[in-house]
Amino acid sequence: MDTEITTKTKLRRINTRRVAAAVKKLFIEANTILGADVVSALRKGLKREESPVGRQVLEKILENAGIAGREAMPICQDTGLAVLFVEMGQDVRIAGGNLREAIEEGVRKAYQDGYLRKSVCDPLTRANTKDNTPAIIHMDVVPGNQLKITAMPKGGGSENMSAAKMLTPSAGVEGIKKFILEIVEKAGANPCPPIIVGVGIGGSLEQACILAKKALLRPVGKKNKKDKRLAGMEGELLKKINATGIGPAGLGGRVTALAVHAEMLPCHIASLPVAVNIQCHVARHKETTL
Amino acid sequence: MVLLSGDLYTARDAAHRRMLDAVQKGLPLPVDLKTAAIFYAAPSPTPPGRVIGSIGPTTSCRMDAFTPLLMEQGLRVMIGKGSRSREVAAAVKKYGGVYFGAIGGIAALTAKCVKKMELVAYEDLGPEAIRILTVSDLPLVVANDSRGNDLYKTEQNKWRIFP
Repeated sequence: MDTEITTKTKLRRINTRRVAAAVKKLFIEANTILGADVVSALRKGLKREESPVGRQVLEKILENAGIAGREAMPICQDTGLAVLFVEMGQDVRIAGGNLREAIEEGVRKAYQDGYLRKSVCDPLTRANTKDNTPAIIHMDVVPGNQLKITAMPKGGGSENMSAAKMLTPSAGVEGIKKFILEIVEKAGANPCPPIIVGVGIGGSLEQACILAKKALLRPVGKKNKKDKRLAGMEGELLKKINATGIGPAGLGGRVTALAVHAEMLPCHIASLPVAVNIQCHVARHKETTL
Repeated sequence: MVLLSGDLYTARDAAHRRMLDAVQKGLPLPVDLKTAAIFYAAPSPTPPGRVIGSIGPTTSCRMDAFTPLLMEQGLRVMIGKGSRSREVAAAVKKYGGVYFGAIGGIAALTAKCVKKMELVAYEDLGPEAIRILTVSDLPLVVANDSRGNDLYKTEQNKWRIFP
């Protein structure tokens, strides 16, 4: 039987209206203003790029980001699936309605009022849901009394080139690196290089995928601080990816990837899950804390 | 790079599926593909006072399965991003067509090249409906041509560093 517990912990009330408004703002801003970390990584790429066409592509990418920001236009017409990471403090009390519904409402409003493309459809009939919902919401409960919301519009072209594989433990570190390189090479021009490669190692099948996606939230080019082995792997893979010659827009060059971000968790003694989540150069994410 | 001006249709996944169904059932196509150009694209909604929202290419290889048949119907020019299949490259050569590569993710800039937009068919597909665009100086590269050249392949190989 459930018993009602009275506690002295003061719950902080956050209204669903505030949540919906915050989500709306995040998706509109993420889709129109390219992050300073991405712009700076692209500028560094331009300095490094030797291919004349590659340089032209990088220049146009930077010019486009400027236009989009100034004119409040979507940086890319594919304004993505609405992916969210929500961390709710356990001392937060959501008032005024349902948290999930409030997030969906924010997404709906952002895509309607912000003139963002609705890119969600029924997988079988392919009929568009017309408001870009349902959103993909990863919800977590954490200590504290705040609500952290990260909005990540994720384009279809780069998501299509992503993959996960259950390697055998004997494949080891070499097997992991080989798999990642295979996926990036196969992707070629399709995911709009220069890309950012999110890697999730370990956990279970779905955990590896979530790790890979979360790795993309790191500021571009920031190395893994928790694990030196992963930081080393990131550097080695970036070098190898940039030796493929794919280049900006896949038109040949030195700058195929801006960064590799890897995250890791322990896994089953029988398994070695690896997920590669590819992010295009329009790497969009924005967060707020209520 | 080349700058393209003229009229193009937008059509991608869902519109291609419908056009293929129509051809297979012997029904007329909603647009005349004779010497036509298709841009694999679906723009974002048009804000008030603008010609178009943001627009850019989607990945072309998803249309590969439909392309030889549409080229048989008269299609000659395609614009998208990424490499095409051997079958598409062969069809481009056979019919004397061209596949242009556009740069993905520069959609606010590309929108500036669009001078006019009109809905043509399959309105219910929303962003995926067929539209006709009048473009001016659209920046592109010739990716596959009638001589069998494949720019993606040759350029990537040129810059590849072999261990």
